[in-house]
Amino acid sequence: MNMQKKQLMPKWFYQMASPKWCYKITGKLLPLFSCTGLALLLLGTVWALLYAPEDYQQGNSFRIIYIHVPSAILAQSIYVTMALAGAVGIIWKMKIADMVAYACAPVGASMAFLALITGAIWGKPTWGSWWVWDARLTSMLILLFLYFGVMALYAAMGKPSRAARATAILSLVGLVNIPIIKYSVEWWNTLHQPATFSLTEKPAMPVQMWLPLLVMVLGFYCFFATAMMLRLRNEILSREKRTNWVKELVTKV
Amino acid sequence: MQFDTWVEFVDMGGHGLYVWLSFAIAAGIIIINVMLPWINQKKLIGSLQRKFQREGDLK
Amino acid sequence: MMRVFWAELSRDLLLAFRHKGDFLNPLIFFLMVAVLFPLGVSPAADFLAQIAPGVLWVSALLATLLSLDNLFKSDFDDGTLEQLLLSPESTYMIALAKACAHWITTGLPLALMAPLLAVMLFLPAQAIVTLVISLLIGTATLSLVGAIASALTVGLKKGGVLISLLVIPLYIPVLIFGASAVQSAVDGLPVTAYLAILGAMFALSLVLAPFAIAASLRVSVSS
Repeated sequence: MNMQKKQLMPKWFYQMASPKWCYKITGKLLPLFSCTGLALLLLGTVWALLYAPEDYQQGNSFRIIYIHVPSAILAQSIYVTMALAGAVGIIWKMKIADMVAYACAPVGASMAFLALITGAIWGKPTWGSWWVWDARLTSMLILLFLYFGVMALYAAMGKPSRAARATAILSLVGLVNIPIIKYSVEWWNTLHQPATFSLTEKPAMPVQMWLPLLVMVLGFYCFFATAMMLRLRNEILSREKRTNWVKELVTKV
Repeated sequence: MQFDTWVEFVDMGGHGLYVWLSFAIAAGIIIINVMLPWINQKKLIGSLQRKFQREGDLK
Repeated sequence: MMRVFWAELSRDLLLAFRHKGDFLNPLIFFLMVAVLFPLGVSPAADFLAQIAPGVLWVSALLATLLSLDNLFKSDFDDGTLEQLLLSPESTYMIALAKACAHWITTGLPLALMAPLLAVMLFLPAQAIVTLVISLLIGTATLSLVGAIASALTVGLKKGGVLISLLVIPLYIPVLIFGASAVQSAVDGLPVTAYLAILGAMFALSLVLAPFAIAASLRVSVSS
């Protein structure tokens, strides 16, 4: 009966639901992403520090952009990934999706933290103080609070399946809120301190500047994939420890 | 190359502290994020191995 | 559908009326927090008038936050919540009625008491009407969004601080537009844009929040 039911999603989507298959496939993907990520990050760093031209206004402190922007982009897309994985977990009752959402949260929070701290460090030479209530920094701070909320809820809930559903609901509510928060913080910012120049908004960035930025962004994405898969595999192993395949896998090594 | 000498490169036009601090923190956070789960995996597999060994001995 | 809503609403209001503390405590808290500012910062009239919009809104927000802990607690403890969710009635309507009852017992009295505190903080008289209207709309959104967090944490032993952690980031847009509305009323600027945005946020949460509340209640009860 079930076999005749029309499948909504491609085959790999259903295969993904099997922890064993997922463990195997992430094991194959892991070296690929970690090596590409490492290579891109090294290339990007050297390029950013040595070859990218300095900014005519900010001088060399501009090079912080190569950390600040990728981590800010990543912090936001990890939140979206986490919320969508949570939604998949609720809709298809897929354990792997729950684990992906769980693996995302700490990585995303650390990226939001990195974006904030580099923003603060950048602020010192640019604005003359470590913290300015800039619209981007403020919304990043609120995003970090959203991550804290999700992680605190995970920690407070006992059973993994319950915790997964609860945090999925919370992160979906947060996902709806993110655009509203961004918009309102920008409104509030223009109200209170008109026309301070923003860190990253440049009229037009020359190719020599944004190409290394692109490399760094890709490198950060690969890093995220690596860190997330490592966490995911640990989570699979510890939740599936009573199954035969884990026993075979562990005793074989 | 944007810099002619090593001193200039480290100094970054007076902004060396900020630039190098940012890159160091980024490297630290990335390494922690990869190393922690990696260490945990080693621990987890070790403890599972011991567990299965014990269960094997009982049989 | 509406029958469930009215039945649940009148039951909750009756319960709140019997336990007067539940709806007096946030009001007293609101008063006390607002009093802390002149004591802690400065009692000078012109200074207080300047910070009054923000202080009043932050205090109202904290008072709402404080009352969220009890939203579902008693119903959860005595098993009523489980019965409600097992019944064939629409959980959307039940969730909406619960949030609505919460607003009537906290947001509405807070908004009505706000003019008194506005006078104590020397808020210019022309801003008082805007203060009351923005609080009426804003606290309704706060009740709806707060009910989600309350529903998520109802099964936990130590839910109190956790609720604040979950909810404060979600409350920030309401705070920004609420306080800005009062501020521009103080400055003699038009306020309709701010009130319209507060209204839009209320409409959005009115449509979406009950789904999230109902889903969260199911998770909490399922243990």
